[in-house]
Amino acid sequence: MSSKIKRNVLKSMIIGVLAYMGALGVPQTAQAEYADVVINNYADAAGMRPAVFPHWFHRIRFRCKVCHADLGFAFKAGGNKITMAKIIDGKFCGACHNGEISWSVENCAMCHSGVPGQPTHFHGSTVQRLIAPAYKPLQVKDTTK
Amino acid sequence: MNQKTKAISLTCAVMMAAFMWNTQSHAAEVGEKESPLMLAEVSSVNTFNVNLKKPKSRNLPPAEDGIHDPENEATHSLQHPLDAYKGLPPSDFGNYVDWVKAIDEGKIRPRWDRADPNSEPFVMDLDIVRPVKASVPDVVFPHRQHTEWLLCSNCHPAVFVPQRLANQISMSAILLGQKCGLCHGKVSFPVETKTCRKCHSKPKPADWEPPLSEATLKNPWK
Ligand code: HEC
Ligand code: HEC
Ligand code: HEC
Ligand code: HEC
Ligand code: HEC
Ligand code: HEC
Repeated sequence: MSSKIKRNVLKSMIIGVLAYMGALGVPQTAQAEYADVVINNYADAAGMRPAVFPHWFHRIRFRCKVCHADLGFAFKAGGNKITMAKIIDGKFCGACHNGEISWSVENCAMCHSGVPGQPTHFHGSTVQRLIAPAYKPLQVKDTTK
Repeated sequence: MNQKTKAISLTCAVMMAAFMWNTQSHAAEVGEKESPLMLAEVSSVNTFNVNLKKPKSRNLPPAEDGIHDPENEATHSLQHPLDAYKGLPPSDFGNYVDWVKAIDEGKIRPRWDRADPNSEPFVMDLDIVRPVKASVPDVVFPHRQHTEWLLCSNCHPAVFVPQRLANQISMSAILLGQKCGLCHGKVSFPVETKTCRKCHSKPKPADWEPPLSEATLKNPWK
């Protein structure tokens, strides 16, 4: 057997092991800060890492009202259909990440810092941590009528 | 044995080793206290905790939290939550920070306006008591802590009609992310054993008994 084949075998072996450990290792270990939002409606498809929005960091600086009333962020992860076109027009993240209130938009990797392939999700939400879905209360018949 | 089969069997051996290593570290995660003997002989459905998940660590730096990519260089420029929380009043859940106290004690001064650091919120001190049929204490909804952070229009009228007891609220709705659960369990403090009494804060009268169910009242063998 030539050394070239040997090298190929070794290469595919390493790739195989890495892929295996990657697939089993990564998803179980997420222990992000409560209320971190991963936003990935479009980023992955465009070859960018998903955006990560840290609530804890921003709520030290702003009340909820600034984003959720004045800037029009709806209370729904992924629900605002944020795009870069809107951001550079000064909407959503772009209302602040404009070089005046906060650092500006060319710092792509500060926002696009998520592990690739993650779906849009809200980290640590009670709903996601329930073992079984929340119970539905019985429809008690009104016997007084 | 020729070179090729040697290479293949080596590949298999490494894969097996990786597999064993992975299942072993997983087993260690599932039942740290159980003897290895029991794990080997008894089906894993009988491990002590099947559904309990214990958080192993909290407030991890972004590069270790599992959602940020450590291969992205900027990830390492992001702030460590614990650096930000130094000196803030602690709590036992959520971010492990008591955000209400942090504002009340003046430890943080989040802006009320995007650009104007001197704009002040319109705080309204009005408690709404909601009697609860179950044995847990009645719910007190405090407007004060909410209007520190939010505008009336964040809740009225889309989430709550502004009239006492005009809204149907239940724990199942809250756990599904509606009503109070729109924020609690997501950004505001979570819904778990340690937080029940934050909302359920008005004790029942000493002589209060839970109402008996109809099945008990009609029970012929009583
Ligand atoms: C202030 C944070 C922030 C910065 C800085 C930022 N982005 Fe984004 N970007 C977002 C968010 C949020 C989304 C929406 C993600 C989604 O839903 O997939 C997004 C979406 C995208 C998308 C997919 C949607 C679209 O508009 O086509 C691309 C591509 C993208 N960003 C590239 C970039 C590049 C390149 C830069 C740097 C020049 C950059 N971004 C800087 C927050 C940011
Ligand atoms: C700097 C802006 C900003 C501030 C301040 C802020 N948020 Fe958010 N919030 C966001 C963004 C961005 C999202 C995700 C929206 C998206 O993905 O389209 C979000 C999403 C949410 C959601 C949606 C959760 C779901 O069900 O998917 C809730 C609830 C929420 N925020 C509550 C709050 C509360 C409560 C506060 C105040 C303590 C707050 N936010 C402060 C920007 C902010
Ligand atoms: C209301 C203003 C505002 C909005 C809206 C806003 N940010 Fe920020 N953001 C800030 C400020 C202020 C900082 C701190 C800037 C500094 O360090 O100079 C910041 C910092 C950050 C950081 C860095 C945190 C760290 O660890 O240093 C990230 C990441 C970020 N923002 C992402 C986002 C994304 C994604 C969005 C949109 C979904 C967004 N921001 C919307 C004001 C805002
Ligand atoms: C976090 C959500 C929230 C915010 C923000 C909020 N409210 Fe309320 N409000 C409630 C709830 C919940 C009730 C009780 C409804 C019920 O019992 O069905 C209520 C009840 C009321 C009532 C009825 C009181 C009564 O005795 O009938 C008024 C009036 C009211 N709110 C005014 C306001 C005003 C003014 C603001 C802004 C300064 C405000 N609310 C902000 C959630 C909110
Ligand atoms: C629009 C978002 C929102 C809704 C809806 C909401 N809350 Fe809150 N609530 C907050 C925020 C933000 C705080 C500040 C503390 C925090 O973030 O943990 C808070 C704080 C509180 C506190 C004060 C805790 C303390 O330490 O003093 C209580 C009690 C409370 N909420 C009960 C309720 C109840 C009961 C409801 C439903 C009737 C409700 N909340 C609905 C956002 C909300
Ligand atoms: C965010 C505030 C909040 C938290 C946290 C909370 N509750 Fe509730 N709970 C309510 C409200 C509001 C109601 C409805 C009261 C009413 O009928 O007006 C309620 C109702 C209930 C009821 C009556 C049955 C029902 O579904 O209406 C029970 C039992 C209950 N809660 C138990 C709990 C337990 C146990 C916890 C802790 C895991 C908890 N609650 C945490 C707000 C809360």
